[in-house]
Amino acid sequence: MQKNSPLALVYHALFITFILAPLAVVVAVAFTDKGFISFPTDGLSLRWFRAILDATEIMSAFWFSAKLGLAAASIAIALAVPAALAITRYRFAGREVLMAFFMSPLMIPHVVLGAAFLRFFNIAGLSGSFFWLMFTHVICIMPYALRMVLSAATGMNREIEHAGLSLGASRSTVFLRITVPMLMAGIAGGWMLSFIQSFDELTMTVFVATPGTMTLPVAMYNHIAQTIDPLVTSVSTVLIVGTLVLMVILDKLVGLEKVLIGKG
Amino acid sequence: MSGPGLLVFVTMLLAPLALTAILSLNVFNGMEGIQSVYSLKNYLEIFSDSYYLEIFGRTALMSAIVTVLCVVLGVPETLIISRMRGRWRGVFLLIILAPLLISVVVRTLGWSILMGNNGLINKGLMLFNIIDEPLRLAFTMTGVTIAMVHVMVPFMVISVWASLQKLDPQVENAGLSLGASQRTVFRRVVLPQLLPGILSGSIIVFALSASAFATPALLGGRRLKVVATAAYDEFLNTLNWPLGAAIAVVLLVANIIIIVGCNRWIERRFKAVFEG
Repeated sequence: MQKNSPLALVYHALFITFILAPLAVVVAVAFTDKGFISFPTDGLSLRWFRAILDATEIMSAFWFSAKLGLAAASIAIALAVPAALAITRYRFAGREVLMAFFMSPLMIPHVVLGAAFLRFFNIAGLSGSFFWLMFTHVICIMPYALRMVLSAATGMNREIEHAGLSLGASRSTVFLRITVPMLMAGIAGGWMLSFIQSFDELTMTVFVATPGTMTLPVAMYNHIAQTIDPLVTSVSTVLIVGTLVLMVILDKLVGLEKVLIGKG
Repeated sequence: MSGPGLLVFVTMLLAPLALTAILSLNVFNGMEGIQSVYSLKNYLEIFSDSYYLEIFGRTALMSAIVTVLCVVLGVPETLIISRMRGRWRGVFLLIILAPLLISVVVRTLGWSILMGNNGLINKGLMLFNIIDEPLRLAFTMTGVTIAMVHVMVPFMVISVWASLQKLDPQVENAGLSLGASQRTVFRRVVLPQLLPGILSGSIIVFALSASAFATPALLGGRRLKVVATAAYDEFLNTLNWPLGAAIAVVLLVANIIIIVGCNRWIERRFKAVFEG
């Protein structure tokens, strides 16, 4: 194995600075005591974190996004588990096509999905509904959920299920007591990754969000498009910290490399 | 068993896409809105009006520059990380990939703070007397490109990293022990094996850049329109939905042609290399 030259390490330091700079500056600006964006700042204060609690629009968008993410991730996993089992266990006509169909939202630009859902809601009279917005998120996050469950299902030892069946357990008992626990790491990892993807989704949701169904990224996008004030930086800091916490949990559950690099 | 999923996908994905394709053929009238007359007028407008051609051209050019920069910056960085020792390797890989999970809105906000006339970049450059007047970064192509590279480069690192994992270090050592210089080994042994990873990373970066919305919208503003922001404006500002739908359909078709076409090409190309 070759060693890195000093020049390579300098380049590496610059690259890491480039990656971290925009996130670091957001966090740094959030602690200002001024009423405007100032960096470097001379006074430190938590006033902008306190201000989040009084910003009713941001708070209600936050809870809305959290509910939406919880529901959409749960439904995506509930659909992904049987689909993944079918794909890994049975050889049937159209198996490849089915798989490609479930993965297709990755290939469709989210702007196109947004436009399509807007038209669909408009014709069917569904806009402004939590329930239907949730399904648009299910479509967007399904590839992530399916990929994680698939990678767990592919490596699963089926002998244990057969043993359970031959010892007289019913199919549903085997499914709940053996199959699901064995897939648990993939299910939990897939659920969390799906939740993060749903919680962060902007480009598609910006088309279909209404004042009554406003998600946090859309609310922040609208806010930033008007003005940049320290409030959006403190909200962003909370998001960065929250994402880091979820990432640590994901790492413990399935290993982050698998989440970010693994192809299932 | 995949029945429920299939049902959701047919109603929530196929139906809306089909409706959009139909919508793109509707004629739009500023006074009366969407007419139930069908024609290819919207597509003709996109392909003949210099306004839309400029938007498509700008998007393609920007995506190409972002892709090249991601290759030039991302590939060496991936190699450097792969040469590090165990723990550092994991830490730095995580630092580079973690932003993928952090909202694009947050990352773009960071860039717009850094790029303002009084932002850190300009203050820093003026402090060291590299420039006399603040550079205009916000609302320029340069600014959008820098932020886009930041958003996209993790995808390149992932792709190159995946192909690095398949590389057998013994082959590299064999080259060295047979008397080839480091440089020759890299050029003749390592790089050809990384090429599929670099190319598939490039496809991902190009396709995602071409349909990016948040970064060009927030950093480019109204004047620097790209395809995604143009479609958004047709739908939510000018309310010419049929034209917006036509832009969306063109973007979707171009995206699929690029992804599927390039993947086929890479597979064919490298099959030939491995067999020959």
